[in-house]
Amino acid sequence: MAVKRGRGVAAVNYPTGMNLGGDPTQALVHSTPTGSFMVTLSSVDLGQGLKQIMAQICAETIGVPTESVTVDTADTDTGPHCMGTFASRGTHRAGNAVIQAAREARQVMLEVAAEELEVNASDLDTDGSGNIHVKGAPSRSISIFDTALAAHFKHGRSISGRGMFLVPRSYPETETGAMKPSTCYAHACTVAEVEVDEETGEVVVLSVKNVFEIGRALNPKMVEQQLVGGSWMGISHALYETTEPYYPDRHHGARDYNEYLMPGPGDLAETEIAVLERPSGDGPFGAKGPGEMCANPQIPAVANAIFDAVGVRVDTLPITPERVLRALKQRDAGAAA
Amino acid sequence: MAKVPVQFTLNGSERAEFVESGSTLLAALRDKMGDTSPKGGCLQGTCGACTVMVDGELRLSCLTLAETCNDAQIRTTAGLANGEVLHPLQRAFEDAFAAQCGFCTPGMIMAAAALLERNPNPDRADVVEAISGNVCRCTGYEPIIQAVLLAARANSTSAA
Repeated sequence: MAVKRGRGVAAVNYPTGMNLGGDPTQALVHSTPTGSFMVTLSSVDLGQGLKQIMAQICAETIGVPTESVTVDTADTDTGPHCMGTFASRGTHRAGNAVIQAAREARQVMLEVAAEELEVNASDLDTDGSGNIHVKGAPSRSISIFDTALAAHFKHGRSISGRGMFLVPRSYPETETGAMKPSTCYAHACTVAEVEVDEETGEVVVLSVKNVFEIGRALNPKMVEQQLVGGSWMGISHALYETTEPYYPDRHHGARDYNEYLMPGPGDLAETEIAVLERPSGDGPFGAKGPGEMCANPQIPAVANAIFDAVGVRVDTLPITPERVLRALKQRDAGAAA
Repeated sequence: MAKVPVQFTLNGSERAEFVESGSTLLAALRDKMGDTSPKGGCLQGTCGACTVMVDGELRLSCLTLAETCNDAQIRTTAGLANGEVLHPLQRAFEDAFAAQCGFCTPGMIMAAAALLERNPNPDRADVVEAISGNVCRCTGYEPIIQAVLLAARANSTSAA
């Protein structure tokens, strides 16, 4: 009896979003009279940073600073429709919708500026810091502030745009059952190192080394933040979390933070994150959806590392000390027989 | 139920209110005094999101009766910034990307503030110990630990 060490590896392919009856998201973009922009969405920011990313996407598409974009996700009763923020679909679906809406708004903005400058709209470009100028003649310019004022008070135009992104429903082929559940895939691989105590059944994750391929990282620091937190959640899924901890009766299930276990600040594995960027063909600026995927590969990697350490396959989550001990008992009974 | 008067200093200002007898400090702060920086996470003392300082000591405001706080000095995250200038911990949480949904952040920052006040040069183990009563469900804790260490370094640099 001793503490044994093991190492396990696992890799996942992860679809961005889902495909049940089709997967749509809409976005609306409009300018205020003073040339800042509103993005209206029903997609929810639950802490992953969706509003920041949508502001970046809108700003990049219209050609204005990110600070001049406000994202409103206040009300699903009155906002444009979104299927929701889940299945790692937010950036991909809502981002594409915002691009389409922002392109339409940009076109109106350039048309108004063209009237003011008495040139052709197709000859105009933005400088990214709040001005529109004639291509090749930067001195022939008008601020977006003045353009918006002119649109509102002189031309009677609304600098606005509608965006819609739909992944159409994919029906299974009758012969093979094959279907296309997603249009792009993110990827991840984790190497986990564990210690398993054969006497107590306790598993300690010493380290996880993760590599994530996520398309283009639209905000690298926020991507890193999500991947670090997600890696921790993966370990939590593997070893800690369950609504029915140790007893067969559901009424003995976890009722609060004391009983619903997750790794605390003293239980952290040494964590490494590497990001690979292979831009997707149909994502906004090449983005995919890394959200849920970042908590996936740690689970099989930890299970494989336990197998490497003590030679047992635990195929029920979470891998509690009780389950490890039962598996060890079975292993030893098999060896004796 | 009878209302009872409570009077204490909140982030340097004298405050007085009538509260339901038996109601919590958290309810008094949020519902009566408009300081929503302490959060009600579990309301049973297990998550730490409601952490405040009462007379210089960390307290879970969801388990503290408001009427026991008469004449106390109460500090919350809302009182940490000096006007427009963020507290070093607030700045460090921002710089280290130590918040995602942000719900645990005020409690984490109070726990960290208490640590730095009694130990300006904590090591990693000190930080882990100090935030171990606070639950975070987004970050995996590592960015929070790094933020507290960053704030401690910033403090010692500015003091030197």
